[in-house]
Amino acid sequence: MELTGAEITIRCLQEEGTEYVFGYPGGAVLHIYDALFAQNQVKHILVRHEQAAVHAADGYARSTDKVGVALVTSGPGVTNAVTGIATAYMDSIPMVIISGQVPTYAIGEDAFQEVDTVGITRPCVKHNFLVKDVKEIASTIKKAFYLAKSGRPGPVLVDIPKDISNQKTEFSYPSSVNIRSYHPAQHSDLEQVKCAVQLLLAAKRPMIYAGGGVILADASKQLTELVRLLGFPCTNTLMGLGGYPATDKQFVGMLGMHGTYEANMGMQYCDVLLAVGARFDDRVVGNVKHFNQEKRKIIHIDIDPSSISKRVKVDLPIVGDVAHVLDDLLAELHGSKEKPDQQAIAPWWAQIKEWRGKNSLVYKNSDEIIKPQFVIEKLYEVTQGDAFITSDVGQHQMWAAQYYKFDKPRRWINSGGLGTMGFGLPAAMGVQLAHPDAHVACVTGEGSIQMCIQELSTCKQFQLPLKIIMLNNRYLGMVRQWQQFFHGNRYAESYMDALPDFVKLAEAYGHVGMRIEKPSDVEPALKEAFGRKQQLVFMDFITDQTENVFPMVQGGKGLSEVILAEDL
Amino acid sequence: MRHIISLLMENEAGALSRVSGLFSARGYNIESLTVAPTEDATLSRMTIVTSGSDEVIEQIYKQLNKLIEVVAVMDLSEGEHLERELMLVKVRAVGAVREEMKRMTDIFRGCIIDVSDKTYTIQLTGTGHKLESFLQAIDRSLILETVRTGASGIGRGDRILKL
Ligand SMILES: Cc1cc2nc3c(=O)[nH]c(=O)nc-3n(C[C@H](O)[C@H](O)[C@H](O)COP(=O)(O)OP(=O)(O)OC[C@H]3O[C@@H](n4cnc5c(N)ncnc54)[C@H](O)[C@@H]3O)c2cc1C
Ligand SMILES: Cc1ncc(C[n+]2csc(CCOP(=O)(O)OP(=O)(O)O)c2C)c(N)n1
Ligand SMILES: [Mg+2]
Repeated sequence: MELTGAEITIRCLQEEGTEYVFGYPGGAVLHIYDALFAQNQVKHILVRHEQAAVHAADGYARSTDKVGVALVTSGPGVTNAVTGIATAYMDSIPMVIISGQVPTYAIGEDAFQEVDTVGITRPCVKHNFLVKDVKEIASTIKKAFYLAKSGRPGPVLVDIPKDISNQKTEFSYPSSVNIRSYHPAQHSDLEQVKCAVQLLLAAKRPMIYAGGGVILADASKQLTELVRLLGFPCTNTLMGLGGYPATDKQFVGMLGMHGTYEANMGMQYCDVLLAVGARFDDRVVGNVKHFNQEKRKIIHIDIDPSSISKRVKVDLPIVGDVAHVLDDLLAELHGSKEKPDQQAIAPWWAQIKEWRGKNSLVYKNSDEIIKPQFVIEKLYEVTQGDAFITSDVGQHQMWAAQYYKFDKPRRWINSGGLGTMGFGLPAAMGVQLAHPDAHVACVTGEGSIQMCIQELSTCKQFQLPLKIIMLNNRYLGMVRQWQQFFHGNRYAESYMDALPDFVKLAEAYGHVGMRIEKPSDVEPALKEAFGRKQQLVFMDFITDQTENVFPMVQGGKGLSEVILAEDL
Repeated sequence: MRHIISLLMENEAGALSRVSGLFSARGYNIESLTVAPTEDATLSRMTIVTSGSDEVIEQIYKQLNKLIEVVAVMDLSEGEHLERELMLVKVRAVGAVREEMKRMTDIFRGCIIDVSDKTYTIQLTGTGHKLESFLQAIDRSLILETVRTGASGIGRGDRILKL
């Protein structure tokens, strides 16, 4: 039987096991919406802005190991989606975006709602396609899912002109894909693995630095086993949190700009560094010259050769999937006659304990005014460390990362690479749909939440009982902090004036709103909110306006040149 | 340092813009870029002349390989290779100059491919260096226009870039 391009598109999603499509209709995708309407296997979540569709698909993907799917119309639908696509691209999130395009015969004529979608999205997708023949829809969508998920994951966009989605052809879904120009690495070179084991066993001041690649590869089990077997300290990047259990004694906390003192000092002064699925981001190693002042051997496991020796020269590259490489490393270690020598690294641990003694995350609590860190600590306690936490971007994001101890992967969902304000709420929608019975909280600021606040309406429609934890400091806090440090306290446009009454706003959308102003109310309020299992609760925490995020390694400085709260 | 990179890629609409977009987005130099289909109509071959530190060249190589439509990449300058470029130069050629231009063209083993009563169009192939030398050698004020293809490169002997 012949099917239309639109029907084929939906059949492809069914074949891929797509549960949810996050989208927004418009002229160029009407045939596709018609085909969606005619079935009920793939469920559609109608958002209120295309940026949110992509973030929601992103949150869905980050909290599962599946590919997120978004559907948008041509022109403004696509341009609205671009922020979401770039966000997913920077953090290597597997996603397929299907966009409508004007009919093939109108392309290039400045047709109504025409934009060069493939051109606009090219720099922020792993790959994209314009389908010009209905016979190619099925194979293109198959490729898109394969590309999105394999190798270093990323968003893939498929642009389908309106006439193509209405033409008919026979449907058959390819069972396999072969792209002759694309062969992502899988297994590592065993010789390299052997060398790595030698280096690790000889280390006197070892450090394991694990990033988002561990989460993406679902390799936290292997990482945890390796770290325990070696007895080495382990740090995570912002993207890697949960990849190693944060409550474990070998965990030294997050590293980087707002990382712990012990993690950053350990990173700076180690003699052997094992980097696992992490990309030596500028927010992680600070000033590269300063970092390179210390001599150390670096082993780097990454699936993308271009991540290796990009910013920091690596001695032993191992290109491959983290899960496979760690399996090989573990097998090699188990088989080796030499065993990790805990005596040899004891002085290093003593040094790390001394650094730990600085207590770099300590803050002055107060009885009068709510400290943002305190809210996160209480959030951790009330949810017993077992919630999915999404976040927006700013100080609140850093406090959530520092004070919520993630013991499991895929629980911490945030925009690290692009740092997209507005990400938190729609991402939480995707997470909640993927985990209907779990506690899902969005930690946000009064600035960020207003960038996608319209999604409160989507939450009402689909009854998503999120808990919004807004740390309301009446400032674009992260901006204000930088202005305080680097711009002589001139707070140019970082004050959030004319804020709405968030309690009323939540109520207007049909949710529960709470304003919390006293430290003693924090815990009871959180308990009440999480007790409301069926309702979205918007919690407006009025927090200390002038609180800053510490520790802080300023841009251009080295990891050991950190500012601690106690220094001020 | 100057590098000459050869690559094979799918002969598909938009593939070229992925390569050129990569260079502009990441701030890499392009001295020249040439592209045309190969004997296998599904593949195009591109030659890019670029320059940069060893680290930058390593990244260029890796980033090119990462593009989905790129089938194979080779840094020709890592080994023995040949490179050739074609140039067309239109010169004002009247009176005594006509003889002189003809002579210079012969010396550089070029040929005159179009003649009018006031102009010659000279075709020349060789390395970029040779083409430069030719332009230096003739009277600059006589040049009406020049058009160059940019370098095409190929490995010597057994150095082959093929699928
Ligand atoms: C306000 C703000 C402050 C920030 N402060 C900090 C900070 O203090 N500390 C910090 O760490 N970050 C911070 N960041 C985040 C930072 O910008 C980067 O996003 C982050 O450090 C990158 O994490 P990562 O190195 O783990 O890489 P990711 O972006 O997660 O990249 C993953 C790496 O793993 C590889 N990979 C993917 N899949 C696999 C696989 N299957 N096998 C092998 N390899 C794989 C990829 O090729 C890539 O190289 C901050 C961001 C913001 C917005
Ligand atoms: C879309 C977008 N615009 C601007 C920025 C720059 N920026 C980073 S943090 C920040 C302030 C965020 O304010 P708020 O959400 O109130 O969080 P706080 O830092 O106060 O906790 C801004 C403006 C950004 N990251 N994203
Ligand atoms: Mg704020």
